[in-house]
Amino acid sequence: MDLSAISPTLLVASLMVAATPILLAALGEMVVEKAGVLNLGVEGMMIMGAVTGFVAAIETGSPWAGFLAAAIGGAAMALLFGLLTQVLLSNQVATGLALTLFGLGLSALIGQGYVGIKATSLGRIDLGALSDLPFVGRVVFGHDPIVYLSLLLVLGVWAFLRFTRAGLILRAVGESHDAAHALGYHVRRVRMLAIAFGGACAGLGGAYLSLVRVPQWTEGMTAGAGWIALAIVVFASWRAERVLVGAYLFGGITVLQLNLQTAGARVPVELLSAAPYLVTILVLVLISVRAGRGGAAPADLARPFHAST
Amino acid sequence: MTALLELEGLTKAYPGVVANDDVSFAIARGGVHALLGENGAGKSTLVKTIYGLVKPDRGRMRLDGYPFAPTEPREARAAGVAMVFQHFSLFDALSVAENVALGMETPPPIRDLARRIRAVSEEYGLPLDPARRVGDLSAGERQRVEIVRCLLQEPRLLIMDEPTSVLTPQEVGILFATLRQLSAQGTSILYISHKLEEIRALCDAATILRGGRVVGGCDPRETSAAELAERMVGAKLSAPKAGGGAPGDTLLRVEALSLPPLSQFGMPLREVSFELRAGEVLGIGGVAGNGQDELLAALSGERLATPGSVVFEGADVSRLGPVARRRAGLLTGPEERLGHAAAPDMTLTENAALTGAARKGMLRRGFLDWGRARDFADEVIARFDVRTPGAGVAARSLSGGNLQKFVIGREVLQEPRVLVVNQPTWGVDAAAAGAIRQALLDLAAGGAGVIVVSQDLDELLEISDRFAALNAGRLGTPVPTAELTMERVGLMLGGAHDMEATHA
Repeated sequence: MDLSAISPTLLVASLMVAATPILLAALGEMVVEKAGVLNLGVEGMMIMGAVTGFVAAIETGSPWAGFLAAAIGGAAMALLFGLLTQVLLSNQVATGLALTLFGLGLSALIGQGYVGIKATSLGRIDLGALSDLPFVGRVVFGHDPIVYLSLLLVLGVWAFLRFTRAGLILRAVGESHDAAHALGYHVRRVRMLAIAFGGACAGLGGAYLSLVRVPQWTEGMTAGAGWIALAIVVFASWRAERVLVGAYLFGGITVLQLNLQTAGARVPVELLSAAPYLVTILVLVLISVRAGRGGAAPADLARPFHAST
Repeated sequence: MTALLELEGLTKAYPGVVANDDVSFAIARGGVHALLGENGAGKSTLVKTIYGLVKPDRGRMRLDGYPFAPTEPREARAAGVAMVFQHFSLFDALSVAENVALGMETPPPIRDLARRIRAVSEEYGLPLDPARRVGDLSAGERQRVEIVRCLLQEPRLLIMDEPTSVLTPQEVGILFATLRQLSAQGTSILYISHKLEEIRALCDAATILRGGRVVGGCDPRETSAAELAERMVGAKLSAPKAGGGAPGDTLLRVEALSLPPLSQFGMPLREVSFELRAGEVLGIGGVAGNGQDELLAALSGERLATPGSVVFEGADVSRLGPVARRRAGLLTGPEERLGHAAAPDMTLTENAALTGAARKGMLRRGFLDWGRARDFADEVIARFDVRTPGAGVAARSLSGGNLQKFVIGREVLQEPRVLVVNQPTWGVDAAAAGAIRQALLDLAAGGAGVIVVSQDLDELLEISDRFAALNAGRLGTPVPTAELTMERVGLMLGGAHDMEATHA
């Protein structure tokens, strides 16, 4: 095995790219769960974002239009979930699972004519001399705009939840919808907005896969990224800064195992490929052992709300 | 005095029930007005109407002479109406300051708000730390959060829904001092309570509701509690009578029982010891969250204790689960009716079978005899006057008082040797509460041992032979109830000493 073939610079730079789709999706899902809604349809919203983004980018020739369309596509899927669970009061877990299946199927249908085409990729932001600095240049200044956007979103969500009144109301709705309702807050409206935001984020994450990371359309290309995003929200105990850590940790292991494979490590390839998932399970177990019962989860997570009186 | 708020012919109907029927009365400026009535008399609907949570079908309200018809709480708050809720209005995971901010229209930045919370809480003798998590506070402190939240809005009308149900006598005293201070400053107070003596001590006017209608008004200072109760219920009430008789052998002995807390916000049990004798009712008082749930779980067998700590009729049952303890005759009735004492979506028959199967012979080679289960459910319904269309309805569909009668009756009719109940009459109206207390006394008179865990001190003093206080997971030494005064009980409950000083 030749470990010197693994360059730390490239490793860090590529883990950021590998982690961005999950980071976006997990961040959106965290906001949704903070509002007390469990949307298990992240995978479906991601793949819909991937396909609508790809189609829009091919048809218009602009990757930016693609990302916009992906956000809209993801949000539309999420609002379908919102309509079912918040207005028609269907079961959130079942509806979320159905949303994933529906998204996988619908995206395959939409994307039929687009298999094998290559999309115009998003350019890196060129910061001239800064990007030429050793290590730092490649790691900090050498990315495409969406990577920076995702980092800004982490900061934005963190500040929103911590410092703004709207953020406080969103947390309150997730903690106790009955109390929030009694104080006169619009539980359903807050949750719908959170759900739409979560869908838009998942859509962006999906489009990042189909427009930047791969960049092609293949059926089922999200390959479980949405599920990992859901796990990362729990891993992060519903905090934005920890979502970032979790997503980059997962991205890091994904990239590392690829590097180890190419470096010829004497470990079965299957085991290496499974490593990120195994580590995710391990971390989740450790966290739930430490946090005890309940932990940091919003108290009214996944409980249906109906203003009866 | 002129009227601040006038209600005129308010009517609100829900499918199948008229919650408010042509309700009219007026609240004087600076007055403390009591709203009396049993469960389901329409008090909640009425205050929700005033607070803008419910839109009336008919009728008008006038605030300060101007028409007042809030469509949401925001409007009511803007008009100067504030409300302290019975429950459901605090957020455990948020800080005191955040909770207060959520109840205000235009809150200042958190740091200024923290300063104002300190100022107001000192002015009214209600000490509060704005940075603490609400989930870690005691019931009395939680209520202070709600009151301070209201006071910061400088309300003209303060609505209080059952504010004293979870407070120690000392805390009640502090609350009343605060309310009198507010009333003297010109704030009107609408006060809802079951506790008639409190209303007589505090309020200067009262409106009595029964079945959604106003059945009369009175001056509670000049009306006896018995008369108020009769007008509320519409019938004479009789106080429960104890059977008397000397206590017999020791049935249950608990020795140095220690347990870690149930949850993040729970309380550990610390070296709890007591004995329960046959024919005796032991009352265990204490403010909520002092270990009641943990004690009940340890006695019922939901949580296993260290060997030798729970001894029932001479046998060590501390490592036995609930089913084995039931079979031996140690029965329990937990506090939470829906979801703990009864499975909400299952029928009364099924719920009867869930705890009664072993003792009432419903099991035949592992199969349930549904006929016997139905007979048992029917027996409970008949003996305890449970108002329900039949044993086939879901537990959820019963009103709180009726379901409580059912779950207590289910345990009593299994003829336990020892029955442990937690909050047997919580949120239950006077007539149903009387029936439940009588059933517990009858059980003790028949030779069983009864432990009543409750936050209602009047109830404990009325029915128990000995009284012990649970404070921070420690159980005090049981004292014969006959020797007790309210003041002594308050001191036994503890935790209130520091608050007296701030009000002096």
